[in-house]
Amino acid sequence: MTDQAFVTIKNAAKSFGALQVLKDINLTVERGQIVAIIGPSGSGKSTLLRAINELDPLTSGEVWLEGVQVNKTLPHRQYEAHVNQVRQDIGMVFQHFNLFPHLTVRGNITLAPRMLKGLSEDEANKLAEEQLAKVGLAEKIDEYPSRLSGGQKQRVAIARALAMKPKVMLFDEATSALDPELVEEVNLVMKQLAEEHMTMIIVTHEMDFAASVCDRVLFMDQGVVVEEGPPSVIFENPQEERTRNFLRKHLSR
Amino acid sequence: MGLDFTVVPDYFGMLLLGMGWTVAITISAGLLSFFGGILFAVIALYGHWALRLPFRAFAFLFMGTPLLLQLFLIYFGLIQIGIDLPAFVAGVIGLGLHFAVYNSELIQASILAVDKGQYEGARTLGLSRGQTLRRIVIPQAVRAVIPPMGNNMIALLKDSALVSVIGVAELTLAAQQAISRTYRPFEFYLAAAFCYYIINLALEAGLRRLERRIAASR
Ligand SMILES: Nc1ncnc2c1ncn2[C@@H]1O[C@H](COP(=O)(O)OP(=O)(O)OP(=O)(O)O)[C@@H](O)[C@H]1O
Ligand SMILES: [Mg+2]
Repeated sequence: MTDQAFVTIKNAAKSFGALQVLKDINLTVERGQIVAIIGPSGSGKSTLLRAINELDPLTSGEVWLEGVQVNKTLPHRQYEAHVNQVRQDIGMVFQHFNLFPHLTVRGNITLAPRMLKGLSEDEANKLAEEQLAKVGLAEKIDEYPSRLSGGQKQRVAIARALAMKPKVMLFDEATSALDPELVEEVNLVMKQLAEEHMTMIIVTHEMDFAASVCDRVLFMDQGVVVEEGPPSVIFENPQEERTRNFLRKHLSR
Repeated sequence: MGLDFTVVPDYFGMLLLGMGWTVAITISAGLLSFFGGILFAVIALYGHWALRLPFRAFAFLFMGTPLLLQLFLIYFGLIQIGIDLPAFVAGVIGLGLHFAVYNSELIQASILAVDKGQYEGARTLGLSRGQTLRRIVIPQAVRAVIPPMGNNMIALLKDSALVSVIGVAELTLAAQQAISRTYRPFEFYLAAAFCYYIINLALEAGLRRLERRIAASR
C-alpha cells in the first residue's frame, strides 16, 4: 500500500439507524499535513473524526493509517486487540477534555504509556515531565484535574495524547468549551505542534485559527465534503454557494 | 435493686476484648463487603448470563431475608453439607456478603453514571474494555459512593451485634456474659452501648478523613 497517503479515508459512509451522517467521504492527509474540517453543526465533522480511531466505526468504507487498515473486519477478539493497538498511534483531543479526575496530571499522562508500552515508573515520569514542559505546565504535575482551569485541562489532555507518541492527532473542537480568554493558550500549543510537523486533523469553529495553521481546509455539510482546498482558496475565494453561505455567518464575528 | 456501675470496671478487660472482636469483625466484614460489592457490581453489569442469573438469586436472598437467618444458615446450615466454619469466619462471611450486596447496588448505579467521555478518553489511548473498567471507571464509581458506603459500614458495625448469637465473643456477647455473672443488665448493656458509640465515632472520623482526602480526585 505504498501508493497511499499517510492517512486515507476511502468512500466513508456512516449511518445512525436511518440517519445517514456521512456519505461517500474521501480524504487523504500526508505526513506532517494539517487539515481543518469546518462546517455547520450536525454536518458530520465529529462523526468523521471519530471514525478515524474507530470510536464511531464506519458503516462502509475504509480508514488507513500508514499502510494499516484501521477499520478491519476481524473476529471480535482480534478486532479488539487490533483496535487497541492502532489507537495508540492516533491521539485524540476532545471538546470536554475527558481527563481522568481520580488521577493526578502525572497519573493521567503516565497511565497509558505504563500499561500499554511497558514503561518503567522512572521512564514514564520523565515522559510526563517532558510532555508537560512542552505544554507549559511542568509545575502542575502533581495537581488533580479539578484544580486546573479549562485551558490547563486541555493542555494536559494534549500532553496525555502526545505521551503515546501518536502518528496523527485528532482535535474535536478543542477550544469550544473554553472561556474566550483561555482559547489562545491552547491554540498556541497546537501551533507549536504544527511547527514540529505533527500530522493533525482539526475540527474547529475558529476560522482564523484554521486559516493560520492549516495546510488544507475541508468544508462539510450534510455528510459530504462540499469543498476542499488551501485556506487561501476556501476562506477568500470559495467556489461553492454553500461554503460562501457558511463563511458569511462565521467570518462576520 | 438500684443501679450500681461500680461493678463495670471489674469486667473492663472482658468488655475491651469484646470491643476488639467487634472491631475485628467490622473491619474484616467491611473489607469483604467493599471488594465483594465491586465484584458483584461487575458481575451484575457485565457478567455472562450464566453468572448473572445465579447472582440475581443470591442478591435477592441476601437483600430479602433477615441477616440473622443468613448467619444461622452459614454457621449451622453449612455444616450439614460438610462446611464447618469457625463462628468468627461464618460471621464475617455473613455480614460481609450481606453488605456486599447493598454496596453492589450503590456501585452499579455509580458505574452507570460515569461519564461516557471517560470511556472514550481511555479507549482512545488504546486501553481495552477491561483496562478501562479497572483503571478508570471503577475507581471513579467507587469514589462517588464513599459517603453512602460509609453509612453501610456504620450499619454493619451495629449489625455485628447479631453474630453474638452464633457465639462470637464480641461486645454484645461479652456484655451478656458479664450480666450472667452479675445480674446487672442495665449497667452492662449501657456500658456496651457506650463502647459501640466510641467505635462509631472512630469509624465516622475515619470516613470523614477519607472523604476529605479524595475530595480533590473526584
Ligand atoms: N451516537 C449517535 N447516535 C445517533 N445520531 C448521532 C450520533 N452521533 C451523531 N449523531 C447525529 O449525526 C449527525 C452528525 O453529528 P456530528 O456530531 O458528527 O456533527 P458535527 O458536525 O460534529 O456537529 P457539531 O458542530 O454540532 O459538533 C447529527 O445529526 C447527530 O445528531
Ligand atoms: Mg462535533
